[in-house]
Amino acid sequence: MNAENSPKRRKNISYAKWGYLFIAPFFISFIIFSLFPLLSTIYYSFFKYYRQGLKIIGPTFIGFENFSNLFRTDLLNYLGNTLIMWIIGFIPQITVALLLAAWFTNQRLHLRGQGFFKTVIYMPNLIMASAFAMLFFALFSDNGPVNGSLQALGILSQPFRFLASVTGTRGLICFMNFLMWFGNTTILLMAAIMGVDPGLYEAAEIDGATSNQMFWRITIPLIRPIMAYVLITSLIGGLQMFDVPQILTNGAGNPDRSATTMIMYLNNHMYSKNYGMAGAVSTVLFLICAILCFLVYFIMSGSNDSVKKERKGGVHK
Amino acid sequence: MTKHAKSGKGKLVTARAVSYFVLAILCFLCLFFFYMLLINSSRNNFQIQQGFSFLPGKSFAVNFNNMLKDANLPVVSGIRNSFIVSALSAILATYFSAMTAYGIFAYNFKFKRAAFIIILLIMTMPTQVSAVGFVNQMQAMGLRNSLIPLFLPTISSPVVFFFMKQYLDSNMPMEIVEAARIDGSSELHTFNFIVLPIMKPAIAVQAIFTFVTAWNNFFIPALLLDKADKKTLPILIAQLRSADFLKFDMGQVYMLITIAIIPIIIVYLILSKYIVRGVALGGVKG
Amino acid sequence: MKKARKITAMLLALAMMTGVMATVSGCQSGTAASTAAPAESQAAPSSEAPAAEGKTLNIWCWNDEFQSRFNDYYPEVKEVAKDKSTTTLNDGTVVKWTINPNDNNNYQNKLDQALLSQESAAADDKIDIFLVEADYALKYVDSEYTLDVKKDIGLEDSDLSNQYQYTQDIVTDKNGALKGTTWQATPGLFAYRRSIAKAVLGTDDPTKVQEALSDWDKFNSVAAQASTKGYKMLSGYDDSYRTFSNNVSAPWVTDTTATVDPNLMNWVKQTKEYTDKGYNNKTSLWDDKWQADQGPSGKVFGFFYSTWGINFTLLGNSLKTPVAEGGKEEVGNGVYGDYAVCQGPQSYYWGGTWICGAKGSDNLGTIKNVMKSLTSDSTIMKKITTDTQDYTNNKAAMEEIANSDFKSAFLGGQNHIKLFAEVAPKIDMSNAGPYDQGMNESLQKSFKDYFNGSVDLEKAKANFEKTVKEKYPEITEIKWPS
Repeated sequence: MNAENSPKRRKNISYAKWGYLFIAPFFISFIIFSLFPLLSTIYYSFFKYYRQGLKIIGPTFIGFENFSNLFRTDLLNYLGNTLIMWIIGFIPQITVALLLAAWFTNQRLHLRGQGFFKTVIYMPNLIMASAFAMLFFALFSDNGPVNGSLQALGILSQPFRFLASVTGTRGLICFMNFLMWFGNTTILLMAAIMGVDPGLYEAAEIDGATSNQMFWRITIPLIRPIMAYVLITSLIGGLQMFDVPQILTNGAGNPDRSATTMIMYLNNHMYSKNYGMAGAVSTVLFLICAILCFLVYFIMSGSNDSVKKERKGGVHK
Repeated sequence: MTKHAKSGKGKLVTARAVSYFVLAILCFLCLFFFYMLLINSSRNNFQIQQGFSFLPGKSFAVNFNNMLKDANLPVVSGIRNSFIVSALSAILATYFSAMTAYGIFAYNFKFKRAAFIIILLIMTMPTQVSAVGFVNQMQAMGLRNSLIPLFLPTISSPVVFFFMKQYLDSNMPMEIVEAARIDGSSELHTFNFIVLPIMKPAIAVQAIFTFVTAWNNFFIPALLLDKADKKTLPILIAQLRSADFLKFDMGQVYMLITIAIIPIIIVYLILSKYIVRGVALGGVKG
Repeated sequence: MKKARKITAMLLALAMMTGVMATVSGCQSGTAASTAAPAESQAAPSSEAPAAEGKTLNIWCWNDEFQSRFNDYYPEVKEVAKDKSTTTLNDGTVVKWTINPNDNNNYQNKLDQALLSQESAAADDKIDIFLVEADYALKYVDSEYTLDVKKDIGLEDSDLSNQYQYTQDIVTDKNGALKGTTWQATPGLFAYRRSIAKAVLGTDDPTKVQEALSDWDKFNSVAAQASTKGYKMLSGYDDSYRTFSNNVSAPWVTDTTATVDPNLMNWVKQTKEYTDKGYNNKTSLWDDKWQADQGPSGKVFGFFYSTWGINFTLLGNSLKTPVAEGGKEEVGNGVYGDYAVCQGPQSYYWGGTWICGAKGSDNLGTIKNVMKSLTSDSTIMKKITTDTQDYTNNKAAMEEIANSDFKSAFLGGQNHIKLFAEVAPKIDMSNAGPYDQGMNESLQKSFKDYFNGSVDLEKAKANFEKTVKEKYPEITEIKWPS
């Protein structure tokens, strides 16, 4: 009450109030639509709770038994599968996206038909993942057009059975993820580069900087927050990878469960409405996600010096 | 990659050629799948099952008519429902995420750091597992067979928020806000009329992403919607795919997928123009 | 403030009282309902008292197959809504259709949810009829949510006497109660290419071909002969699976132990041998190559197919120019006319949909009538067969067609209904169980890696055990035949 008398403090309080007001809708909606389901998920991870047919077993409190069971299974394999498939798809995705974003925003290169290219590269994302997987399945099947062309060209004598091989299956999943997401990443990076003050480039140009130098020394440092965003959201998307491998492998995640991702494993537990194990899997997944994301976030937005040094090293190579 | 540009022009020409070549390959890959969809929607079930062909079939009209004739397949209301959900999701997600991001970006308050970290944590939660709890709760709230639970929760879209926050971090000068305050603009007014226009490129980008995600979402809508007049397009497609052997028709499935993709392409083209134009917008600032 | 507190306290007390009262009255209505239900179920069969019947009949299914059968053949149908979402019956009852697609277990998930909350649902929202597929029928049959067709719904043994035994075995619960009924029977046969049979065996006569294929040893030796002539005996890994899984000696699971039947390991052995020796084409059911193998370019001896598969899927795949492209279903178009059917080494079935009554329904009279008309009325069922070529679950009606001069041009003039009518009574599904779908799928998927050569036998077994334990937490042990 007394604060109103002091103009300085009144200002602070009223602005803080705005801060709370601005974030209120987000948190209200979050509490209603996400927090309760999320808490019940974690809660049930400590229970034996599933369906046997239509009969509900439990819930019976069993402490950490679900978790200890979980670590006796191949959980780490599935985490490994997920991360491998994410990384193999993500490396070309970010490389191509950076390259394209740099080309599109490079005034000197002055590419024509940019509007067309920019529009087209995002388009695979418009196709439903399930439809996309159906098309891929048809393209790469044993008697599909890809095998047909390779045989016609004399590269293969027998059709290559993509989905019977670990490399083939994982490769296709990574390729699909790459195609679906590189346009998205390019758009994000372009939006970031577009926000960079053009005065900086003009000044650098006057100083005789090359395109390469400008890209590495001006663009990259300034779009770092968006890069962090791309990396983190892609990591989260990668850890939650589901529909593409699910539909491409017909729900089996084979060969030898090498295409089984964390969420597919979670989905297997949902088959019997096993809220206990499913809860445990998602709690673990949630913790892994959170740790990785915070790691990435703090590395990307961490001390500038160390990052700058790293980058310089990179340029000289 | 040397710093000494001997013949700058020659290098530029090569660079351009390489860029066009790479872009052409990528565009071919991207557009090829639309071509495949179109081809398959013009072929009949047995042709599709016999393998892919690069030439269209003659069943386009037949597939189209079969799809329209199916009374259990309310395509028109499906498009309408999908459109309502996707448009509202895009609007709510972008507006409130921008607002939340700005709230955390521009103001100092006690739980600012905590709020930010909580949102980051939320972002890492997979949607699949809380789905069952979500559906039970919606049923208890009487929101089954309603479109509301499909768009209202997008008010809290941590991923969109995070993008907005990062965008503000790299593009929003606080001086503009200070100047507005001196001019006597209220905080909400400042946000709506000064901050939002600056965030336009970010909003357009996220509006597309949210729209597309909502348009293609099958998982949650399938759990919530039973009534024919409330179903969205992905549910109708799934319904066609589980048709019985007498009516199972991949031609129709592909036709519906093609039909479902047209509105989203239109929306995308409208918004993408804005992204392409955004280059100029970025240039004005500073 | 004090006042406010008082008011809150009073409100709270009031809320609690109403809460208590609500539970009390809830209990009362609950007991009233549960006492009323059996009375009603006893009354329903004897008298068609329309007063007790609800005005809404809710039917749940995953596609519109049953809907069209119902609208076309149920005699009480008065009018079908334009968007087909409802059907009005002569007595004014409105049938509401709820269709949820099957993808990713979606239909079962929603049906389970609805059945579990059936008790608290309003009378007009309660499910009255739901449909199930053979693969998971017992999950519902063994539950208390499904009505006894005889005791609760009131069908008589005489109503059911014309149905094939196996269609009743599948939906009979542990205690011997019949919990569902179906209008179709789906016995399977072995459909072979006449031209290939001639090349391999020197004859295409169904009786002689059957002699050559009457048990698995003979079947395997024909496979070897076919291979030397450049043909594949089967197309894919799972083609013969049903003939093995329908002839097991015990259900999959007893208590908490799953037992892999020796006959299923015979399938594994046979399929591995076929794969390694090149007797099959390494396909899977429904994939492009499998379908193409059935067409003019195929070099596969034959396919295991049931009723619907022969007249629709196989016929369609056999044509060179499809009907929609102006092709005709006639000899000369692709391999039309080059197929014939025989019984094959073992009897089996494939497919089928069952009608179940849901507990808590207030439309028992209507349910009885629907089941009676659509699954036991010989006239209606014969009409369904002649109109749609669907093989119906009625021995008398099917015998009649079997003994007629019916001929299938697609099968080179063979009367395949006669063969169906012969094998259908031989199908033995007394060992069906609620775990069949999940177990069979896991087994097929896990061993596909083994056939492909990406894992060894032990690894495939281990992978199978993993998937089973994920799907069924209650299963603690998996036994393999020694």
